[in-house]
Amino acid sequence: MEPAPSPTYSTITLNINGEKHALSVDHRTTLLDALRERLDLTGTKKGCDQGQCGACTVLIDGRRAVSCLQLAVAAEGHEITTIEGMAEGERLHPVQQAFLDLDGYQCGYCTPGQICSAVAMIEEHAAGWPSAVTDDVRPEAGPPPLTAEEIRERMSGNLCRCGAYVSIVQAVARAAGAPTPQPAQAVPAAAGNSGSDNATAGKEAAA
Amino acid sequence: MREFGYHRAHDVAGAVALLGADPDARFLGGGTNLVDLMKTGVERPTRLVDVRELPLDGIEPTEDGGLRIGATVTNSDLAAHPEVRRRYPALTQAVLAGASGQLRNMATVGGNLLQRTRCGYFTDVSQPCNKRVPGSGCPAVQGVHHNHAILGASEHCVAVHPSDMGVALAAFDAVVTYETAGGPGRLPRADFYLPAGATPHRGTALPAGALITGVTLPPLPVAAHSRYRKVRERASYAFAIGSVAAALDVRDGVVHDVRLAFGAVASRPWRARTAEQALAGAPADADTFAAAADAELAAAKPLPDNGYKVTLMRNLVVAVLTELAEEAAR
Amino acid sequence: MTTTPTRTRTPARGSTGTAYTRVEGREKVTGAARYAGEIPFADLAHGWLVLSTVAHGRIRSLDTDPVLAMPGVLAVLHHENAPRLNTDYVGMLGKPDPTCAVFQNDRVPHLGWPVALVVAETPEQAREAAESLVVHYEQEPHDIDFSPARTDTYPADGHMPAVTEKGDLEAELAASAVVVDAEYTTPEEHHSMMEPHAATALWAGGRLEVVDSNQGATWVVGELANLFSLDPASVRVRSEHVGGGFGSKGVRAHQVAAVMAATELQRPVRVVMTRRQMFSLTGYRRPTAQRVRLGADADGRLRALEHRSLNLTSQVHEFVESSTAPSRVMYDADAHHTAHRLVRLNVPTPTFMRAPGEAPGSFALESALDELAEKCGLDPIELRLRNEPERGPVSGLPFASRNLAACFREGARRFGWADRDPRPGVRREGRWLLGTGTAAASFSAGAGPSTATITAEADGTYTVRIAAADIGTGARTALTLIAADALEAPPDRIRMRIGDSDFGPAMIAGGSTGTRSWAWAVRAAAAELRERLALGADIPPEGMTVRADTTEALGTLAGKERHSYGAQFAEVAVDVTTGEVRVRRMLGIFAAGTIVNPLTARSQLVGGMIWGISMALHEEAVRDRASGGVYGPDLAGYHVATHADVPLVEADWVDDHDPEDPVGIKGIGEVGIVGAAAAIANAVWHATGVRHRDLPIRPDRVLQAAAEVPHA
Repeated sequence: MEPAPSPTYSTITLNINGEKHALSVDHRTTLLDALRERLDLTGTKKGCDQGQCGACTVLIDGRRAVSCLQLAVAAEGHEITTIEGMAEGERLHPVQQAFLDLDGYQCGYCTPGQICSAVAMIEEHAAGWPSAVTDDVRPEAGPPPLTAEEIRERMSGNLCRCGAYVSIVQAVARAAGAPTPQPAQAVPAAAGNSGSDNATAGKEAAA
Repeated sequence: MREFGYHRAHDVAGAVALLGADPDARFLGGGTNLVDLMKTGVERPTRLVDVRELPLDGIEPTEDGGLRIGATVTNSDLAAHPEVRRRYPALTQAVLAGASGQLRNMATVGGNLLQRTRCGYFTDVSQPCNKRVPGSGCPAVQGVHHNHAILGASEHCVAVHPSDMGVALAAFDAVVTYETAGGPGRLPRADFYLPAGATPHRGTALPAGALITGVTLPPLPVAAHSRYRKVRERASYAFAIGSVAAALDVRDGVVHDVRLAFGAVASRPWRARTAEQALAGAPADADTFAAAADAELAAAKPLPDNGYKVTLMRNLVVAVLTELAEEAAR
Repeated sequence: MTTTPTRTRTPARGSTGTAYTRVEGREKVTGAARYAGEIPFADLAHGWLVLSTVAHGRIRSLDTDPVLAMPGVLAVLHHENAPRLNTDYVGMLGKPDPTCAVFQNDRVPHLGWPVALVVAETPEQAREAAESLVVHYEQEPHDIDFSPARTDTYPADGHMPAVTEKGDLEAELAASAVVVDAEYTTPEEHHSMMEPHAATALWAGGRLEVVDSNQGATWVVGELANLFSLDPASVRVRSEHVGGGFGSKGVRAHQVAAVMAATELQRPVRVVMTRRQMFSLTGYRRPTAQRVRLGADADGRLRALEHRSLNLTSQVHEFVESSTAPSRVMYDADAHHTAHRLVRLNVPTPTFMRAPGEAPGSFALESALDELAEKCGLDPIELRLRNEPERGPVSGLPFASRNLAACFREGARRFGWADRDPRPGVRREGRWLLGTGTAAASFSAGAGPSTATITAEADGTYTVRIAAADIGTGARTALTLIAADALEAPPDRIRMRIGDSDFGPAMIAGGSTGTRSWAWAVRAAAAELRERLALGADIPPEGMTVRADTTEALGTLAGKERHSYGAQFAEVAVDVTTGEVRVRRMLGIFAAGTIVNPLTARSQLVGGMIWGISMALHEEAVRDRASGGVYGPDLAGYHVATHADVPLVEADWVDDHDPEDPVGIKGIGEVGIVGAAAAIANAVWHATGVRHRDLPIRPDRVLQAAAEVPHA
């Protein structure tokens, strides 16, 4: 139902994944709810609606943000990228591909947020931003290497209750071209019964 | 959340005028705290004035060699700024220790100064809370206060200020600048937050309707040798249970200059002036650091379930100052 | 990328045992997978639940008129106008928890009890209207005091007897060279799956349809049909993608309220819970107070084992889970006593949560074993190996494939256990004290009746239909591989359809029984289909369909102790000056039957171990005595492990084959968490010399302990 014009509604244009969407919004509507309830872009997930889980992460002007605390009306004039805008046609973004190949998810509900967050996080790191686990934050120290510890800290705004963290970190490292995390204590590769993590391509298993 | 009007401001004077004298109107920055509080019903504004597009997003050197940080600078941009990292590294570390990458991209310096406590009684509108509803009572004193204040609290409120950034700003004598309909003003950080006292609902000394325009850091050579350490109940994405911002200049084994502030122990970021006085001119060793911490914490009044914070803060002060002294000796 | 299929050493046929990425993986990484609250419906209305703000009492009145006058508001449902429900039935998992039978009377038994549903045109309108509804209560004193000192506790049977007793406990303890007598507590913990509970209900073509997020469409259909006195055939529940369940996603207030509103308004109604509402409406793992007494000879052989656990439940429903279950399986003793007691309080009803019973129970038992090893001067692994039982300690039944010892041997080798200095508090790296710990794990391997349908399509593909649920387990992919092997077809010829009650009754995704139960049915259907195809029948254009039901086959399984097992290893670092504890690495080696898909199996086991980290160090819901509610009921107040809390956690498995078992799959959903918290607590002891018997091991507890046991 289109609400009547009033001081508590605005007609806005949202720029999402390169497309312009005109809509009338109740000022109370968050960007998250506008995406999910009004624009049928349900890839962005609502986990807590309070900025405490990261499931609703999107990119606003290229930077990651939680869409649950972003009012839709205040998002006008900004470029928004959601999970639906990550792949180029059939070709997955390298971060998406790495999540798929390395099983960087289980239930999948935090996954779009993890992926959006990872894409922007890799950019932040490339721009030389330090993190809370960077030993020396002074610019003279140079950018920190993207270790597993750095990835974990930088991705900590995305909770995963299934506990897919280990493979998420491996997927982010692979997509970023960083070294894949190895066991703290080297273990002979022949020891395991289950072999490596390499998997056959999903399409082989898909119906 | 009740319905509200929304206005986007394009200049400072316009923003102040749009807010006017309406006590139910609020400035909207990144929204990371305000929108959350609107969802829980703690804040029920009738109008929001969006200040994110004001030309207050710069970080510039001041004439005297300090830094002026605009109110709408995001936490991320503040933390990543080369001059902040070089001259006030504890400020970068404090900002990076807070929230998450997403929230730091949204949150602004002005909003951070005004963020409200995360006390669980304050954020639950079905509960009494003197900070939210003056005179309704403080259930935390008898209830859950595991992460509440040990310093500067009152019988009316034992909530802690949640900011990490604010702890570094407290250590570095930052000055808050603001604009009102009657003209600009400034508040030294020490006067910015009000003690809990009998009026915990009044968090800051900011005049009604004032818009924070920025924060000015004075030139402070000791700040180049600074560090922020935060302890929390998980490794990241959690509020502090205790934190320390410290800057230390050691010459010939003696404390030449020092700045020390505590987080998550008081209703405001806590400048540890008593400890600083005890440290000044004293040998830079663990015994001095411990004695200074004890001097500051002598005023602590822990509740039955948060006495651990006294031990924690003492240990943190010793650990952080020892690290800084060791760095200075290298 | 290079995609090299890798095979396990377990004799594998075809696809089973090969690592496959998830069938629905592409949908999940592109955001195309739609969860319950994301299916669009024309004319959808939005319901918002109103919860009580008192912990005990009665609703005197509700001021509905002003709310009904608010913009967009369509209805306010409450106990005076809601349809009557039937709660006198026994469903798939027992009697219903009346918490889900919303708005039936004026009683309020706990804070956060559902008192009304406000329905409006938009979610914003519904929320504001719901939050504006004034409810007047007649408040009564509430009691939420959970304490072993209470005198009103009682023994309660759950799905197993409350009390088991064998031998003279006091005599054996008195005769023991070494005795451990310790009390352990675990706190209230919440599932906190990422997807909140959500359901849309509508009437279509004379049938009730519910699009839901649940762990068993069959289960939810049964509950809704019973509650609303409907023919089960007239109810359809769909639950295609589920954003985590962990035991919490059965029938809850939101589905029932949505059905009521859809019936009243005759239009689709969606009800989604807020994160804060979930802390009182979706069940939780109840706190435990446990006491373990162990008596042993000097060589570690157990003479006495006593494990007692106090649990709580609500005033409206008796939910019992069995924290002493691990003691009934893992170790025998001449005197062997276990007991569960219960106390009823003004709190929400607890429910199953990942390894119900076993997770908190194993923390107490496996911590006590470590204490016994210390007292005996024995290696903790050796102590466990010396106490491997011949038969079920309580049941007396033989074990079906018990490969715990193999898990310990393989785990010890890979973890580097042999080099471990057993002395506590002697390893330091900078500000960190280091230690390692281990613990055993087990979880029962059960199955429930299921039906599966397979259609051989004319184009040479197969469509498998089963009301299974993939709550993140990888079940959809595992069943694809199982069907492929059973049909001797490549996996890409299988179309796997799940999560729809119209596919016929099937077991829930719970208790580590899902894949075992569903695989059984899929294999049975496949076998029958192949028989028919072997007869040379032509496949008609609509395909050839067979249906199998495992109800009878399940009854033929011999009575045995059937469990999966594991050995957990953890290394921790502890800063006793700040109280911070960090897990540095974890390794779990499991014996869990046939591993269908190594890729997703590893994820699931590692996920369980990460739950163990979270349980050991972070999770705790604290109730405010004055209000009776959870303090800070959100994901900032209730901490689950973040990325930064989780190191490289590894899981692997040993061969575990039971020739008598027709399925060979044991289920791996729970065993990963069992023992994990104990391994971490045992490692914290090894690092610091301090036993932590209360979870979580919070910084303040470590600080307090350090003050009592000073370190050099």
